[in-house]
Amino acid sequence: MSELVLQVKDLKVAFSTVDGVVQAVNGISFDVRKGQTLGIVGESGSGKSVTASAIMGLTNRKSADMSGSILLGGLDVLTAQEREIRALRGREAAMVFQDPMSALNPYYTVGKQIAEAYEVHHPKTSKKERRLIALDMLAKVGLPKPSECIDEYPHQFSGGMRQRIVIAIALVNNPRLLIADEPTTALDVTVQAQILDLMMNLQQEFGSAIILITHDLGVVAEVADEVMVMYAGQTMESSKVQTLFDTPSHPYTRGLLGSVRSLDNSERGALHTIAGNPPSMISLPGGCPFHPRCEFSASMNGLCATVQPTLRVLPATGSESACHLNDDQLLSLGLGVNHD
Amino acid sequence: MIAYLTRRILFAGVLLLAVSLFTFLIFTVLPTDPAALTCGKACTPDRIEANRTRLGYDQPVTTQYVRFLKGIVGGRTYGEGQGEFTCGAPSLGYSFSQKDCVTSLIARTLPVTASIAFGGFALWIIFGIGLGMVSALKRGRWPDRLISVVSVVGLSFPTFFLALLLLFIFVIWTQILPFPSYVSPTEDFFGWCQALILPWLTITIISAPYYIRLTRFGMLETMNEDYVRLGIAKGLKRWTVLRKYVLRSALIPIVTVAGLDFGVTLGGAVFTESVFSLPGMGRLSIKAVSDSDLPVLVGTTLVAGTFIVVFNLLTDIFYGFVDPRVRIHK
Repeated sequence: MSELVLQVKDLKVAFSTVDGVVQAVNGISFDVRKGQTLGIVGESGSGKSVTASAIMGLTNRKSADMSGSILLGGLDVLTAQEREIRALRGREAAMVFQDPMSALNPYYTVGKQIAEAYEVHHPKTSKKERRLIALDMLAKVGLPKPSECIDEYPHQFSGGMRQRIVIAIALVNNPRLLIADEPTTALDVTVQAQILDLMMNLQQEFGSAIILITHDLGVVAEVADEVMVMYAGQTMESSKVQTLFDTPSHPYTRGLLGSVRSLDNSERGALHTIAGNPPSMISLPGGCPFHPRCEFSASMNGLCATVQPTLRVLPATGSESACHLNDDQLLSLGLGVNHD
Repeated sequence: MIAYLTRRILFAGVLLLAVSLFTFLIFTVLPTDPAALTCGKACTPDRIEANRTRLGYDQPVTTQYVRFLKGIVGGRTYGEGQGEFTCGAPSLGYSFSQKDCVTSLIARTLPVTASIAFGGFALWIIFGIGLGMVSALKRGRWPDRLISVVSVVGLSFPTFFLALLLLFIFVIWTQILPFPSYVSPTEDFFGWCQALILPWLTITIISAPYYIRLTRFGMLETMNEDYVRLGIAKGLKRWTVLRKYVLRSALIPIVTVAGLDFGVTLGGAVFTESVFSLPGMGRLSIKAVSDSDLPVLVGTTLVAGTFIVVFNLLTDIFYGFVDPRVRIHK
């Protein structure tokens, strides 16, 4: 097994609001190893982005109640000093945001913004050196004419180009972990594939581990090694990517797969949807958070509504699943799903 | 950038010309006969007619306006022979009730107003932006609450009441300060400060709350921007992020408002000058209104308008420098 880059254990993040306590992340655990790509999948509000913020130490400790541990670069991000976390940001872990249109500072040239990121961890370099580094990064992320682009401002670039620049900023310090929070959601479909390719190529070159947060299963299928499916701040299933698509081991995963239109099922009329809405994060249903929407919960004699299932390994596939169904029932879930 | 500058300057010029035309037109359409006001009780019909000719009020409006503009450029001579007198360039006309050229009246009062405006402006910017920053950084906690309560109180005071209150507290009750009387800062700097501290305080208490609000709002809004989060995610220090990411964009709209406000204040702080009996441009205008001294009104309006236009231009230019999106069109 390759070296461990990030270890998250029983992470809980709650925010107090006027309406009550929002339990955004409710006890998730996962590891990320060098060179690996972990996809985190879930609907809006499932706690994906909150997890990403927590790893980067971007969550305001005063407004959020956090427990568990996040081990990154030899530190526990949850308890470390701000100064120590600052040393990790950019070098141990860097971040790519969803919307490239707003992720760049409009008042500085892109070259300066890349150079600035480099300067944080290489304060002794000269301005000239940093400029050369910025030029090099712009070329690496595939911007045409880097020597011209370097002195231009963010508003002069298209969305796809800006996302390349954000990636350049993220990778300039050669971080061991890259957290990409919906990196392609705001982009045109044609550009999405380019950006994903770029990230994969750069991962080969830099050897970074990647956490890819997305609601798009297609993206996960393309680039992830492992997938974690989140629902209401909890892990529903955690599998190798191929296993997840072949034999989903959780009713929620199956629901997600069924709601993707693929070439195979496109002609068969209506797309499958998961009935109901994601639960309110303030008053989660008792037991399994997914049970009010789950087609199997009715046949479980009220077990799902009272007892919260824990993650367990399915020996047959190696997947982890948090469901009260027995192994055989879970393994047969994949049979009803069509995908390519 | 050059094209942008030229465009702005040309526009400012046109605007100024329009301001002068409008103020002049208002002057001529008023029902008062300017010539009848030139001699007061000693007026006889002959004298009124003589003054009318001498001051050029017998000419058509267009001729009067052209003469007015010419006067600004090259000075103006009224009458001929014995009664002849000249107002040097830039002449804004002649005040018959004060028996003086409007330009010299304004030149005498402008330093007072400028002193009030500069000091007050500096104070209200320092306090407004400073307290606004504190408010934003301590959002929802006691410093923020305290500042917001104090600003609402400051905001709610009418200028004249606040000025009187300060006058009462500092001059009459505790007698910490003498009654303000203006002296030139070059003659007696300390006396100048002493005379102006209460007017400055008045302006600051009235204006700073707006800037506190603007700064607080701007900063809080910017702090939620993705690029600020990216700045933090880069590992930048808190202060660097605040300076290069948050303040930079939060302060831009404030500069716009500040430029305009300063221009307006420079045109005369009417209430403040009146309460503290400071001989500034605001008081000059008020006196001109009550005396129906039309040339002075035209002059002060034009000068005040010019300040606003000029500072508007300066903020536009400033915008071009700080915001690349204004400077570079693509």
